[in-house]
Amino acid sequence: MTDVRNARPDSDRGRRMSGIGRVLVTVYGVLALAAVGRSLVQIVERFHEAPLAFSLSALAAAVYVVATVALIRSGRGWYGVAWATIVFEFTGVIVVGTLSFVFPELFPEATVWSWFGFGYLFIPLVLPLLGMWWLALHRPARGEADAA
Amino acid sequence: MIEWFMWVQVGVAVAAGLLCLALGFAGRVPNDLALGALALVELLLLAQLIVAIAAPASGNHATGSVLEFYTYLVGALLLPPAAAFWALIERNRWSTVVLGVAALAVAVMVYRMFQIWTVQQA
Repeated sequence: MTDVRNARPDSDRGRRMSGIGRVLVTVYGVLALAAVGRSLVQIVERFHEAPLAFSLSALAAAVYVVATVALIRSGRGWYGVAWATIVFEFTGVIVVGTLSFVFPELFPEATVWSWFGFGYLFIPLVLPLLGMWWLALHRPARGEADAA
Repeated sequence: MIEWFMWVQVGVAVAAGLLCLALGFAGRVPNDLALGALALVELLLLAQLIVAIAAPASGNHATGSVLEFYTYLVGALLLPPAAAFWALIERNRWSTVVLGVAALAVAVMVYRMFQIWTVQQA
Protein backbone atom coordinates (compact mmCIF):
# COMPACT_ATOMS: atom_id res chain seq x y z
CA MET A 1 0.00 0.00 0.00
CA THR A 2 1.46 3.26 -1.06
CA ASP A 3 0.22 6.76 -0.79
CA VAL A 4 0.12 7.32 -4.52
CA ARG A 5 -3.60 6.74 -4.86
CA ASN A 6 -4.52 9.78 -2.86
CA ALA A 7 -2.54 11.94 -5.20
CA ARG A 8 -5.50 11.49 -7.56
CA PRO A 9 -8.45 12.67 -5.52
CA ASP A 10 -10.69 12.81 -8.57
CA SER A 11 -10.15 9.17 -9.40
CA ASP A 12 -12.56 6.43 -8.57
CA ARG A 13 -10.40 5.25 -5.71
CA GLY A 14 -10.31 8.71 -4.29
CA ARG A 15 -14.08 8.73 -4.13
CA ARG A 16 -14.76 5.17 -3.17
CA MET A 17 -12.00 4.88 -0.64
CA SER A 18 -12.47 8.10 1.19
CA GLY A 19 -14.16 9.25 4.33
CA ILE A 20 -16.52 6.79 5.93
CA GLY A 21 -15.53 4.20 3.32
CA ARG A 22 -12.25 3.84 5.19
CA VAL A 23 -14.19 2.88 8.31
CA LEU A 24 -16.06 0.23 6.31
CA VAL A 25 -12.77 -1.19 5.05
CA THR A 26 -11.38 -1.17 8.59
CA VAL A 27 -14.27 -3.29 9.83
CA TYR A 28 -13.86 -5.58 6.81
CA GLY A 29 -10.16 -5.89 7.56
CA VAL A 30 -10.79 -6.75 11.20
CA LEU A 31 -13.36 -9.38 10.21
CA ALA A 32 -10.95 -10.80 7.62
CA LEU A 33 -8.24 -10.99 10.27
CA ALA A 34 -10.59 -12.69 12.73
CA ALA A 35 -11.81 -15.18 10.12
CA VAL A 36 -8.31 -16.03 8.91
CA GLY A 37 -7.04 -16.48 12.47
CA ARG A 38 -9.91 -18.66 13.54
CA SER A 39 -9.77 -20.73 10.38
CA LEU A 40 -6.03 -21.25 10.76
CA VAL A 41 -6.46 -22.53 14.31
CA GLN A 42 -9.38 -24.80 13.40
CA ILE A 43 -7.56 -26.38 10.47
CA VAL A 44 -4.24 -26.83 12.23
CA GLU A 45 -5.70 -28.28 15.40
CA ARG A 46 -8.95 -30.08 14.62
CA PHE A 47 -9.69 -30.28 10.92
CA HIS A 48 -10.86 -33.92 11.14
CA GLU A 49 -13.58 -33.05 13.66
CA ALA A 50 -15.71 -30.98 11.29
CA PRO A 51 -14.26 -30.89 7.76
CA LEU A 52 -17.31 -29.19 6.24
CA ALA A 53 -17.55 -26.40 8.80
CA PHE A 54 -13.80 -25.79 8.84
CA SER A 55 -13.47 -25.81 5.03
CA LEU A 56 -16.26 -23.29 4.94
CA SER A 57 -14.45 -21.18 7.53
CA ALA A 58 -11.35 -21.16 5.36
CA LEU A 59 -13.34 -20.24 2.25
CA ALA A 60 -15.15 -17.47 4.11
CA ALA A 61 -11.86 -16.13 5.44
CA ALA A 62 -10.35 -16.05 1.94
CA VAL A 63 -13.39 -14.24 0.58
CA TYR A 64 -13.25 -11.63 3.34
CA VAL A 65 -9.62 -10.94 2.49
CA VAL A 66 -10.43 -10.58 -1.23
CA ALA A 67 -13.41 -8.34 -0.44
CA THR A 68 -11.23 -6.09 1.72
CA VAL A 69 -8.64 -5.76 -1.05
CA ALA A 70 -11.31 -5.22 -3.72
CA LEU A 71 -12.89 -2.41 -1.71
CA ILE A 72 -9.53 -0.64 -1.49
CA ARG A 73 -8.53 -1.03 -5.13
CA SER A 74 -9.96 1.15 -7.87
CA GLY A 75 -11.23 0.35 -11.33
CA ARG A 76 -14.20 -1.46 -12.79
CA GLY A 77 -12.55 -4.84 -12.44
CA TRP A 78 -12.09 -4.55 -8.71
CA TYR A 79 -15.52 -2.99 -8.42
CA GLY A 80 -16.95 -6.19 -9.89
CA VAL A 81 -14.82 -8.32 -7.60
CA ALA A 82 -16.06 -6.33 -4.62
CA TRP A 83 -19.68 -6.94 -5.64
CA ALA A 84 -19.08 -10.64 -6.24
CA THR A 85 -17.36 -11.26 -2.91
CA ILE A 86 -19.83 -9.22 -0.91
CA VAL A 87 -22.83 -10.96 -2.53
CA PHE A 88 -21.08 -14.28 -1.84
CA GLU A 89 -20.69 -13.33 1.82
CA PHE A 90 -24.28 -12.28 2.13
CA THR A 91 -25.46 -15.51 0.50
CA GLY A 92 -23.15 -17.45 2.79
CA VAL A 93 -24.41 -15.88 5.98
CA ILE A 94 -28.04 -16.37 4.93
CA VAL A 95 -27.64 -19.98 3.74
CA VAL A 96 -25.32 -21.19 6.49
CA GLY A 97 -27.19 -19.17 9.09
CA THR A 98 -30.44 -20.85 8.08
CA LEU A 99 -28.89 -24.32 7.81
CA SER A 100 -27.33 -23.99 11.26
CA PHE A 101 -30.81 -23.57 12.66
CA VAL A 102 -32.59 -26.18 10.52
CA PHE A 103 -29.83 -28.84 10.39
CA PRO A 104 -27.56 -28.10 13.35
CA GLU A 105 -25.89 -31.51 12.94
CA LEU A 106 -24.29 -30.26 9.69
CA PHE A 107 -22.30 -27.71 11.65
CA PRO A 108 -21.19 -29.24 14.93
CA GLU A 109 -18.54 -26.52 15.13
CA ALA A 110 -19.20 -22.84 14.73
CA THR A 111 -18.31 -21.07 11.52
CA VAL A 112 -18.18 -17.34 11.09
CA TRP A 113 -21.64 -17.59 9.50
CA SER A 114 -23.36 -19.94 11.97
CA TRP A 115 -26.50 -18.51 13.55
CA PHE A 116 -26.24 -15.53 11.19
CA GLY A 117 -22.90 -14.49 12.61
CA PHE A 118 -24.01 -14.46 16.24
CA GLY A 119 -20.47 -15.24 17.43
CA TYR A 120 -19.26 -12.09 15.70
CA LEU A 121 -21.94 -9.73 17.01
CA PHE A 122 -23.91 -10.21 13.76
CA ILE A 123 -21.26 -8.19 11.96
CA PRO A 124 -21.11 -10.81 9.15
CA LEU A 125 -24.83 -10.23 8.55
CA VAL A 126 -24.78 -6.44 8.65
CA LEU A 127 -21.48 -5.75 6.91
CA PRO A 128 -22.38 -7.10 3.45
CA LEU A 129 -25.49 -4.90 3.46
CA LEU A 130 -23.41 -1.83 4.28
CA GLY A 131 -20.86 -2.93 1.68
CA MET A 132 -23.49 -3.26 -1.06
CA TRP A 133 -24.98 0.08 -0.11
CA TRP A 134 -21.54 1.68 -0.28
CA LEU A 135 -20.73 0.13 -3.65
CA ALA A 136 -24.07 1.19 -5.12
CA LEU A 137 -23.33 4.78 -4.09
CA HIS A 138 -19.81 4.72 -5.52
CA ARG A 139 -19.90 3.34 -9.03
CA PRO A 140 -16.66 3.71 -10.95
CA ALA A 141 -16.68 6.55 -13.46
CA ARG A 142 -17.58 5.64 -17.03
CA GLY A 143 -14.63 4.79 -19.21
CA GLU A 144 -12.30 4.35 -16.28
CA ALA A 145 -9.60 1.85 -17.12
CA ASP A 146 -9.34 -1.39 -15.24
CA ALA A 147 -6.70 -1.20 -12.59
CA ALA A 148 -4.42 -4.18 -12.76
CA MET B 1 -2.64 -14.50 31.86
CA ILE B 2 -3.21 -12.27 34.87
CA GLU B 3 -6.85 -11.48 35.42
CA TRP B 4 -6.58 -7.96 36.82
CA PHE B 5 -4.12 -7.00 34.10
CA MET B 6 -6.54 -8.31 31.48
CA TRP B 7 -9.31 -6.14 32.93
CA VAL B 8 -7.05 -3.06 32.98
CA GLN B 9 -6.20 -3.78 29.37
CA VAL B 10 -9.83 -4.24 28.29
CA GLY B 11 -10.76 -1.06 30.20
CA VAL B 12 -8.02 0.99 28.55
CA ALA B 13 -8.88 -0.36 25.09
CA VAL B 14 -12.60 0.35 25.53
CA ALA B 15 -11.86 3.85 26.87
CA ALA B 16 -9.46 4.54 24.00
CA GLY B 17 -12.01 3.22 21.52
CA LEU B 18 -14.86 5.33 22.85
CA LEU B 19 -12.60 8.38 23.08
CA CYS B 20 -11.55 8.02 19.43
CA LEU B 21 -15.12 7.41 18.29
CA ALA B 22 -16.27 10.50 20.20
CA LEU B 23 -13.43 12.65 18.81
CA GLY B 24 -14.11 11.32 15.32
CA PHE B 25 -17.83 11.94 15.41
CA ALA B 26 -17.07 15.41 16.78
CA GLY B 27 -15.16 16.03 13.57
CA ARG B 28 -11.60 15.95 14.90
CA VAL B 29 -8.74 14.69 12.77
CA PRO B 30 -6.44 12.22 14.55
CA ASN B 31 -4.53 14.21 17.16
CA ASP B 32 -1.90 13.32 19.76
CA LEU B 33 -4.60 12.32 22.21
CA ALA B 34 -6.21 9.79 19.86
CA LEU B 35 -2.90 8.39 18.62
CA GLY B 36 -1.50 8.39 22.16
CA ALA B 37 -4.48 6.37 23.39
CA LEU B 38 -3.90 3.86 20.62
CA ALA B 39 -0.19 3.73 21.42
CA LEU B 40 -1.07 2.94 25.04
CA VAL B 41 -3.30 0.08 23.86
CA GLU B 42 -0.40 -1.26 21.80
CA LEU B 43 2.01 -0.91 24.71
CA LEU B 44 -0.28 -2.91 26.99
CA LEU B 45 -0.53 -5.61 24.30
CA LEU B 46 3.26 -5.86 24.23
CA ALA B 47 3.21 -6.17 28.03
CA GLN B 48 0.58 -8.89 27.68
CA LEU B 49 2.85 -10.73 25.25
CA ILE B 50 5.65 -10.68 27.82
CA VAL B 51 3.26 -11.81 30.57
CA ALA B 52 1.96 -14.64 28.37
CA ILE B 53 5.47 -15.86 27.64
CA ALA B 54 6.58 -15.58 31.28
CA ALA B 55 3.44 -16.81 33.06
CA PRO B 56 3.81 -20.57 32.38
CA ALA B 57 7.18 -20.50 34.16
CA SER B 58 5.38 -19.54 37.38
CA GLY B 59 2.70 -22.19 37.02
CA ASN B 60 0.13 -20.00 35.28
CA HIS B 61 -0.64 -22.15 32.25
CA ALA B 62 -3.16 -21.63 29.50
CA THR B 63 -5.95 -24.18 29.83
CA GLY B 64 -7.08 -23.73 26.25
CA SER B 65 -5.39 -23.77 22.88
CA VAL B 66 -2.05 -21.99 23.04
CA LEU B 67 -2.06 -21.63 19.25
CA GLU B 68 -5.45 -19.93 19.33
CA PHE B 69 -4.31 -17.65 22.15
CA TYR B 70 -1.26 -16.47 20.23
CA THR B 71 -3.24 -16.11 17.01
CA TYR B 72 -5.45 -13.60 18.81
CA LEU B 73 -2.50 -11.90 20.49
CA VAL B 74 -0.51 -11.48 17.29
CA GLY B 75 -3.64 -10.32 15.46
CA ALA B 76 -4.35 -7.78 18.20
CA LEU B 77 -0.74 -6.56 18.12
CA LEU B 78 -1.04 -5.89 14.38
CA LEU B 79 -4.28 -3.92 14.66
CA PRO B 80 -3.23 -0.58 16.20
CA PRO B 81 -0.24 0.01 13.86
CA ALA B 82 -2.31 -1.05 10.83
CA ALA B 83 -5.19 1.21 11.88
CA ALA B 84 -2.86 4.15 12.51
CA PHE B 85 -1.25 3.67 9.09
CA TRP B 86 -4.63 3.35 7.40
CA ALA B 87 -5.97 6.37 9.28
CA LEU B 88 -3.06 8.65 8.48
CA ILE B 89 -3.15 8.05 4.71
CA GLU B 90 -6.13 10.37 4.72
CA ARG B 91 -6.50 12.54 7.76
CA ASN B 92 -10.09 13.44 8.46
CA ARG B 93 -12.74 12.73 11.06
CA TRP B 94 -13.20 9.19 9.76
CA SER B 95 -9.53 8.45 10.37
CA THR B 96 -10.21 9.03 14.05
CA VAL B 97 -13.23 6.70 13.90
CA VAL B 98 -10.98 4.05 12.32
CA LEU B 99 -8.65 4.28 15.33
CA GLY B 100 -11.64 3.83 17.65
CA VAL B 101 -12.88 0.75 15.79
CA ALA B 102 -9.42 -0.82 16.06
CA ALA B 103 -9.19 -0.15 19.81
CA LEU B 104 -12.63 -1.68 20.42
CA ALA B 105 -11.68 -4.72 18.36
CA VAL B 106 -8.56 -5.12 20.52
CA ALA B 107 -10.76 -5.01 23.64
CA VAL B 108 -12.90 -7.87 22.33
CA MET B 109 -9.83 -9.87 21.33
CA VAL B 110 -8.16 -9.46 24.72
CA TYR B 111 -11.30 -10.66 26.48
CA ARG B 112 -11.46 -13.62 24.11
CA MET B 113 -7.81 -14.38 24.89
CA PHE B 114 -8.67 -14.46 28.58
CA GLN B 115 -11.48 -16.94 27.89
CA ILE B 116 -9.10 -19.17 25.95
CA TRP B 117 -6.56 -19.00 28.78
CA THR B 118 -8.96 -19.75 31.63
CA VAL B 119 -12.33 -21.11 30.54
CA GLN B 120 -12.84 -24.32 28.67
CA GLN B 121 -15.80 -24.56 26.40
CA ALA B 122 -17.20 -27.74 24.92
